[in-house]
Amino acid sequence: MPSLIDIRRRVRSVKNTQQITKAMKMVAAAKLRRAQERVLAARPYAAMLEQMLASVSGAARGDDQASELPLLAVRPEQRVQLILVTADRGLAGGFNTNLIKAAQRFLSDHSGKDIRIEAVGRKGRDFFAKRATLSGEHIGLVNKVAKLTYAETQAVTQRVTQRYIDGEIDAVYLIYNEFKSVIAQKLTETKLLPIEMKDEGQAPGDYLYEQPPDVLLGTLLPKYIENSVYRAILESIAAEQAARMTAMDAASSNAADVIEKLTLYMNRVRQASITKEIIEVVSGAAAQE
Amino acid sequence: MAATTFELEVATPEKLVIQATCTEATIPGADGELGILPGHAALLSSLTSGVLRYKASSGRDEVLAIHGGWVEVQPTLVRVLTDAAENPDAIDRARAEESLKRAQSRLANIAENVDLARALNALKRAQVRVEIAKK
Repeated sequence: MPSLIDIRRRVRSVKNTQQITKAMKMVAAAKLRRAQERVLAARPYAAMLEQMLASVSGAARGDDQASELPLLAVRPEQRVQLILVTADRGLAGGFNTNLIKAAQRFLSDHSGKDIRIEAVGRKGRDFFAKRATLSGEHIGLVNKVAKLTYAETQAVTQRVTQRYIDGEIDAVYLIYNEFKSVIAQKLTETKLLPIEMKDEGQAPGDYLYEQPPDVLLGTLLPKYIENSVYRAILESIAAEQAARMTAMDAASSNAADVIEKLTLYMNRVRQASITKEIIEVVSGAAAQE
Repeated sequence: MAATTFELEVATPEKLVIQATCTEATIPGADGELGILPGHAALLSSLTSGVLRYKASSGRDEVLAIHGGWVEVQPTLVRVLTDAAENPDAIDRARAEESLKRAQSRLANIAENVDLARALNALKRAQVRVEIAKK
């Protein structure tokens, strides 16, 4: 039977852990709020860009030069680029594991093709660096995911788009966690390049174009890709903090359960030793008579 | 009835910078300045680095440095999408002038490996920032 002191020590250790998880939960909550604000702030631009793209592509449809734009070029998929957005840190429940599993599934689905991974976030990079599935070139890493600027994400996107334009790769996919709500993230896999134009609706034809539509389209498309990646990373940051918050909340309540059980056990042990002492005293007195 | 004001929205990838009701605006289009008044015909244009001026419906004149992007004009709505937008207050004049000098000297003794388009772009940006900071 463990001694009273041992149990007391364990209770103290669990309490310390609980304090840490509680603190982490609160930090994650604060960061989550900031991350959410950034996601919201990025929405107007994205919405306007999409709208503009729709009207320009409508006007440029059927234009020979527009269909020759390099970002719209469809080639047989032989060399595939995957952009994997993970977190830099763990302790966020299944956040990174799910992403990595999805990436591995992606790899086995596309087996036989030449796949390169561009990892944003340390976890994804570390995992795939060890497993040597990174074909060719190494990875761009965004170090401080929480302080990310648009320019940083631009660098990653431009590198990838340039490779696509140069014909080094035939398709680009993006895997990231989308922020659904504080308790739910949605694992998302999308195809970035070639851009699939939605053929919906009629062209809102009554715009005056200062530049020919195909020229405008040519400048809008790279921006659209940049913006998609930027937003994916913002979503991922928010989702990461939400996941960490949920995980740390669960850890704190688990710690509370453990403490309760241990305290109960400790009291029982103490009671047993007192009872034993009383018996000893009583039987000692009885022996004297 | 003809509208007397229009909504101006300026957004960068990071946030919505301005949302205001104005009576007129001058926007640095890629092929020349665009003067916009209420009821302007629908128009799409790309933009260059330059100064965006607008008169708010309160009568105040405002300026803003913008760097590239596009504008979508509708009779009662003007949407500017730009890579970066800066308030005059946010620009550090000394730093802006310094970067202007740097850009000029880079163009003055041009080396083989300098990306000309990029250098010109940097110069343009610096000029716009200095211009706006003076006001």
